[in-house]
Amino acid sequence: MNIFCAGLNHRTTSLDIRERLALGTSEMEQLLKRFHHNDAISGAVMLSTCNRVELYAATLCPLRTLREFQVLLQERSGIEPLLYHHVTPAAVRHLFRVASGLDSMVLGETEIFGQVKKAYSFASQCGVTTRPLHRLFQHAFRVAKHVRTETQITRGASSVGSVAVELAEKIFGELAQCRVMILGAGDISERTARSLQSRGVRSIIVSNRHYEKAVTLAEEIGGMALHFDHWEKTIVDVDIIIGATGAPHAILTVEKLKPLLKQRHGRPLFIIDLAVPRDAEPAINQLEDVFLYDIDNLQQIAAESLTIRRQEVVRCESLIEEHVGKFLGWLHAK
Amino acid sequence: MEFLALLASTFFYFFSCCSTWLTFRKGQFHPGRFDLTAITLGVLCQSYFLLLRGQIEQACPIGTLPEILIFLSWAIGLFYIVIGSTYRVSLMGAFTAPLILALQTTALFLPRSLVSSKISSNPWIETHAAMSLIAFGSFGLACVAGLMFLIQKRQLKSQHPSPLFHHLPSILLLEKVTLRLLWLGFIFLSISFAAGFIAAPLVVDLKFYISLLVWGAYFLTLLGHQYHYLAMNRLAFLAIFIFLFALLILPGMRLFSHLLN
Repeated sequence: MNIFCAGLNHRTTSLDIRERLALGTSEMEQLLKRFHHNDAISGAVMLSTCNRVELYAATLCPLRTLREFQVLLQERSGIEPLLYHHVTPAAVRHLFRVASGLDSMVLGETEIFGQVKKAYSFASQCGVTTRPLHRLFQHAFRVAKHVRTETQITRGASSVGSVAVELAEKIFGELAQCRVMILGAGDISERTARSLQSRGVRSIIVSNRHYEKAVTLAEEIGGMALHFDHWEKTIVDVDIIIGATGAPHAILTVEKLKPLLKQRHGRPLFIIDLAVPRDAEPAINQLEDVFLYDIDNLQQIAAESLTIRRQEVVRCESLIEEHVGKFLGWLHAK
Repeated sequence: MEFLALLASTFFYFFSCCSTWLTFRKGQFHPGRFDLTAITLGVLCQSYFLLLRGQIEQACPIGTLPEILIFLSWAIGLFYIVIGSTYRVSLMGAFTAPLILALQTTALFLPRSLVSSKISSNPWIETHAAMSLIAFGSFGLACVAGLMFLIQKRQLKSQHPSPLFHHLPSILLLEKVTLRLLWLGFIFLSISFAAGFIAAPLVVDLKFYISLLVWGAYFLTLLGHQYHYLAMNRLAFLAIFIFLFALLILPGMRLFSHLLN
């Protein structure tokens, strides 16, 4: 019996093809059952995320399984996808790398762990998994946890939005009670606001020189639009300010903030300045209870996290290799 | 037997400190879980030690300076178990264990009968002494939380945080923990004062004035923060300063008067 894996991912296939091949749960159930009826395949698990569509199977005939998977995907999408494929031990190693986030677009991301777990539970519910696959996936979950705790592969945030979220959480803890104000209705401020929104911030206020743009963005993200003349008064009530206006000079200055801070009674104010030229005067970071981060600071923190993650890859690979050996030991002894 | 229990608890605290240091160096720090276990075991051993000493002395075991230090470190450990696990204050154990270890090691190296003053059989005196040490246990942990607050705030202000930043909790959580511990300690200290007053209302000596000064300092600090006169930065600094002042002055004074006698 071979452990077999075939699929496509963000490295091998463009987004427009991936989105045509992505599988919903009902389609996945049908495909899994079709595989299960194949005599050569004793069990199968399908993983479909925004970055990958993969099949893991315990099969007697890997090439036949590959061909069948190719045909199935072609039937669904009308295109012949270019698939990579691996057989034991490479297939085992591949799954362990995927579950650990080493094969992800953002190195070390942890969302994939949950997606692999979900894919396995779904296949289990459909009754199409067997003992070797069960053992393989359980081992993969253990490897992912081991890699996460023994290395720094998940350390820090790796994008401007996630760095902003991490910093906000280190200031406020839970973000559920935080109010956010966006100054300027650009793409980057929207993305950062969405990152904060994903952590459950209480409310988002959008203020822009052109009120219509503020209304449009507010509607998109479920926030509230505010006339640009009123944003200064609102500082007293918000916890996070995202500055992303096209103003040629700083609009958040020490003179403006100082009197307003007294009314905040020591509540921290986190200012994320994403604008170039900057919206916030650097000196405001010296004010008590104000934490200012500009785009350079955020990008630098993200870059450092990614560097640390890349340095950890070798350690992760060696841990994975140990586990591949253990799993193969079990498989051969079986 | 009680000495063995004491050694075992010191070992657990030492183990917690070493493990924290080693894992942090390797960049594999998983705060909380291990420290909580090690400190819980340390506190259990200390509790056994205090129980045995209490049975021997037929009173609260705070008659000698080493016993006072052990009782104080036990109280700090106990508060950590409650606060550390309740608020999931990651890394607090890493800061707490060295403080307890320092107090306990000092106690181990001091002559065991140093500054012996038999606690009278008056229950109010015993309540006064025990409540006072429990209060300082709470203040000790507030000192730790205050230190963590100052470090994390400095990290955030620097705009370029070090790896330690990822392991420390949010400053608002640390603010909440520091404040609650200060209030808790203040309540215990006030009870201790009241018990002392009931036991011996007319004893007004230097210790009384220093203790009053410490009580007043904590009271003014909390009041100042409550009415927004004192920023959290200063409150954290005062939580550290007053505790260290009391830790050095009160036992030091006792030692000094003992030497004079």
